[in-house]
Amino acid sequence: MAYAKEQRLVLNNYDKINPTSIDEYVIRGGFRALRKALSMSSAEIIQELKISGLRGRGGAGFPTWLKWSFTAPIEVDQKYIICNADEGEPGTYKDRLIMDKDPYLLIEAMTIAGFTLGATKGYIYVRGEYPHSQKILNTAIANAKMAGMMGNNIFGSGFDFNLQVFSGAFAFVCGEETAIIESIEGKRGEPRIRPPYPGVVGLWGKPTVINNVETLANIPAIINNGGRWFANIGAIKYPGTKIMTLSGDVANKTFVEVPTDTTLYDIIYTFGGGVVGGNFQAVQVGGNSGGLLPASLLETAIDFDSMQAIGGSLGTGAVFVINDRHDLLDVVKNVAHFFTEESCGKCTPCREGCQRLYDFMNKVCEGEATAKDLQIAAGLARVMNKTALCGLGQAAPTPVQTAIKFFGKKFEERINAK
Amino acid sequence: MTNNYTNRPIDQIIAEFKDVKGGLLPALHAIDDEYRAIPQEALVKLSQVLNIPVAQVYGVATFYAKFAVGQRGRNIIRFCESAPCHIAGAAKLIADMEDQLGIKVGETTLDGKFTLEFCQCVGMCQSAPVFTINQQPYYNVLTDEIPEILARF
Ligand SMILES: Cc1cc2nc3c(=O)[nH]c(=O)nc-3n(C[C@H](O)[C@H](O)[C@H](O)COP(=O)(O)O)c2cc1C
Ligand code: SF4
Ligand code: FES
Repeated sequence: MAYAKEQRLVLNNYDKINPTSIDEYVIRGGFRALRKALSMSSAEIIQELKISGLRGRGGAGFPTWLKWSFTAPIEVDQKYIICNADEGEPGTYKDRLIMDKDPYLLIEAMTIAGFTLGATKGYIYVRGEYPHSQKILNTAIANAKMAGMMGNNIFGSGFDFNLQVFSGAFAFVCGEETAIIESIEGKRGEPRIRPPYPGVVGLWGKPTVINNVETLANIPAIINNGGRWFANIGAIKYPGTKIMTLSGDVANKTFVEVPTDTTLYDIIYTFGGGVVGGNFQAVQVGGNSGGLLPASLLETAIDFDSMQAIGGSLGTGAVFVINDRHDLLDVVKNVAHFFTEESCGKCTPCREGCQRLYDFMNKVCEGEATAKDLQIAAGLARVMNKTALCGLGQAAPTPVQTAIKFFGKKFEERINAK
Repeated sequence: MTNNYTNRPIDQIIAEFKDVKGGLLPALHAIDDEYRAIPQEALVKLSQVLNIPVAQVYGVATFYAKFAVGQRGRNIIRFCESAPCHIAGAAKLIADMEDQLGIKVGETTLDGKFTLEFCQCVGMCQSAPVFTINQQPYYNVLTDEIPEILARF
């Protein structure tokens, strides 16, 4: 690639239409994919997704076609599709952009998902922090109903589909897929023990597929243009584009949608305009659950596997840049505190572990940690990675671990300073 | 989100969720919209009408950070304490807000007008540091602008 360029597939309509106008959405090609999908079989749609190589944009990178292929063939009176719009990772605002600027795209995608899976009811679980997005979605759903694009017998196909917005109430863990289900059922948002997986036993015991907003938003274009077209964009094993949201010490705190073979360097320097207020110190990619990375790794492509290979994670695509004027260990302490607030408390490694890691970071920052404390913290972190019940507790130590790995000198300085 | 709540009777609010599957969370939202908190008596009433043990109602109401059982002020100010806001100088702005209101985070002003709380990222990190009043975001606020903002409530 000669130079990095934006490519807007998911954000194709961003600021080009009045978001709640169904006519403007249709003029720009809206609902074409749904019409086409309704003329295809479920197996054909899943096959197209398989060719596309689309993988989850919610953090885990699971192949979308594979997830759908477990649930689609199940014959049962009711199945559900849930859109995960809980978007709680600090530094992330990509799903909000889609919902606020192109709500019909999500509605169209969910209807296609419902048709493919044989699910007649869908929920959009939107975090409680986004009342504005909820309002836009509710308006769009009402308009789609009036226009006959939602409800009974959509486009005369015989397929019925209804969508409902469900509001979260400020709990980061409710972005975890089984916690969402508990939450919609009216319970505390505590993750379930798996198996059974939600694709088989989900909401109210029925097969349920959960996908991220951005994942779903890719689907209409794949149906319209074909899986092969999509597979040719970006990185081979994690094709397509990714919306990246920039925060922290960058000149342009903005968002970009780029092919997945774009490098972190280009995100920060070409699109972000470089570091302000000081020199580059670290970048945390993927939200609080992501790793802290040093300058030497910036030439890595953002795709899921490349990021994983360097000990980081793409996560949600949040890019949080920290300059060298900030005390990095103080930032790690802040992140460790986040997990003490957000751990649901169901399992011991996470409930206790998050608190202990935070205590450790406090000690480090106050110059009171010993080499032994560091050793114990590293051991605890590994136990959490392996034994926590859900992704929250498994990933909570990542910032501490990557800070020790890539910025170990800073720990030594504090420890020796004692 | 608006400031002109009517304080509809709790019974009336809860009645709407009587036969709604999974109605507890939406009912809590509806009560919170009117009262800015979940009054004690609402817990028992929810339990009776929705046919859920009080312990579960209490467990759910206290699990979610949006809700507070008891009372809060008429307007809730929440400061984002997540990392991008943290490094953008949230602590200074929080201290300034505490000074202006004469309370600490977690407290309510004597006149019951404002409650000050922490929250995590509200997805406005491009304009950190961020706080919200009744869920409406305010960003890039300077200390001298605080009185004018507070005067609107
Ligand atoms: C603690 C925790 C929080 C999560 N939060 C979100 C979230 O806000 N949005 C999201 O799409 N996925 C989130 N996930 C990932 C989901 O569990 C799930 O993998 C994802 O929604 C699947 O959708 P996808 O395959 O389309 O990516 C979270 C996972 C964990 C463990
Ligand atoms: S890992 Fe943490 S958030 Fe997940 S179930 Fe255990 S305590 Fe709850
Ligand atoms: S970090 Fe404060 S709004 Fe996102």
